[in-house]
Amino acid sequence: MTNNTDRRGSLGLLARSPATLLAERMARVGELPSFTWLRKPETGMVMLRGRIGGDGARFNLGEATMTRCTLRLADGSVGVGTVRGRNARHAEMIALCDAMLQQPARAATIRMEVMNVLAQAEQERHARASADTAGSRVDFYTLVRGED
Amino acid sequence: MYVAVKGGERAIAQSHVLLADARRGDAAVPELSIAQIRGQMRLAVARVMSEGALYDEDLAALAIKQAAGDLIEAIFLLRAYRTTLPRLADSEPIDTSRMRLSRRISAAFKDLPGGQILGPTYDYTQRLLDFSLMDESAEIGTADSGPSPNPVETTVAPRVTDLLDRQGLLESEACPAGDPPPPDLTREPLLFPVDRTARLQNLARGDEGFLLALGYSTQRGYSTTHPFAGEIRFGTVPVEVFVEELGFAVEIGEVELTECQLITGFEGGSEEAPRFTRGYGLSFGHSERKAMAMALVDRALRARELGEDTEQPANNEEFMLSHSDNVEASGFVQHLKLPHYVDFQTNLELLRRLREEWEANHGNTAAPAEPPAVPATMEAA
Repeated sequence: MTNNTDRRGSLGLLARSPATLLAERMARVGELPSFTWLRKPETGMVMLRGRIGGDGARFNLGEATMTRCTLRLADGSVGVGTVRGRNARHAEMIALCDAMLQQPARAATIRMEVMNVLAQAEQERHARASADTAGSRVDFYTLVRGED
Repeated sequence: MYVAVKGGERAIAQSHVLLADARRGDAAVPELSIAQIRGQMRLAVARVMSEGALYDEDLAALAIKQAAGDLIEAIFLLRAYRTTLPRLADSEPIDTSRMRLSRRISAAFKDLPGGQILGPTYDYTQRLLDFSLMDESAEIGTADSGPSPNPVETTVAPRVTDLLDRQGLLESEACPAGDPPPPDLTREPLLFPVDRTARLQNLARGDEGFLLALGYSTQRGYSTTHPFAGEIRFGTVPVEVFVEELGFAVEIGEVELTECQLITGFEGGSEEAPRFTRGYGLSFGHSERKAMAMALVDRALRARELGEDTEQPANNEEFMLSHSDNVEASGFVQHLKLPHYVDFQTNLELLRRLREEWEANHGNTAAPAEPPAVPATMEAA
């Protein structure tokens, strides 16, 4: 299951990262492998579900656009790309990375040139946002009344 | 009754030209970009996504641009567009306790774990027009992160209601046995009485103005609830979708949501101990007023379930849910602009006959004997 956990983590990171940054990093990987589509990129919707009170019964909140695709490399590695929004190129890049991460020859390069950089960029985005937000945390203080 | 009327094509074509001109405004002023609307009209984008019931910032921004800022028209455009897309999946339930918070406040608990985080809010502004914004070059600097004691501290915190829940003083939202999939109002008609899950879907896409007014009515006395804002939070949460090829769920990205938990006292009864009850609001983007109004109305609509009085408008499920949708409401109100010439002609004929009868019975002393003056052009229509 470790493989699935890793793959799950990688797919999440690829989907959360800005498509422009992902494209930039993929450009540094060198020649990308050719592939055949098992499912060409298609855009549709995903129904977003919440829970009543955050932890109760499920309910349908509303939909979001979503794009997905599946591709296969020459050696049979299958890559899956699923991303919120309508960016077909983003879904394709996710699927390509997903497939290449399964190839022993390419996985190390993808991890170093793409995944590590995306992870660090995300960490920096979050740290910056947290720092800005934390500045607006309220520090309550009570005024001492003059009775003592 | 409607009859086909020919002859408006040329006029309609010219109306479209005029509409495009009116939308564009002064050609000497630069055109708005989608990125500008998305980035600088984020609250309008949030409203259009929520009530358009489709989370896509670019499409919402496009709809706002196309509708020249008429948000209800933009919501209509987004609703129409969503009908062209296939439904690919249902997400795993979004866990709002994983939210990376941009804002989180409680009016009920001062010292809550994670603290009160104000974030970007108009609450503490003086509502004075800021004339410096008249000058686009006078940009204000970015948020000052200087005073933060620990810049890498996390901005994830447990929901306040979960903390209160543990003490048994707040009703728990127990997940029903088997965690059944919820009804979907985009696929099934609204048939009364409906489940709370279906009500929340209706309210989530409901008109903010309608929910605000009816929520307000409950506060003014047209219902019996007196709620506290247990927690209001806004931030970013991941969306997970089960992918069949993989056999497990993956994150496909993130969305911004606003969540509101209102807490209301409940007297209890012979079988139930007194406790706090909840009203729940959840909406796309930063949309606090909407989430709060939704939570007020959600709680008011639980009156029957909790054995409270149900005679006020906000307690009436059928009234509330049938009139909350602004696309339906706008369509029915605005259909009055469609030609009703034959309808009206029928009414006119009937009225003339009644008038003649009335005059015959009352003598023709007061009323003029002539039929009402109607211009010939209207008669011809």
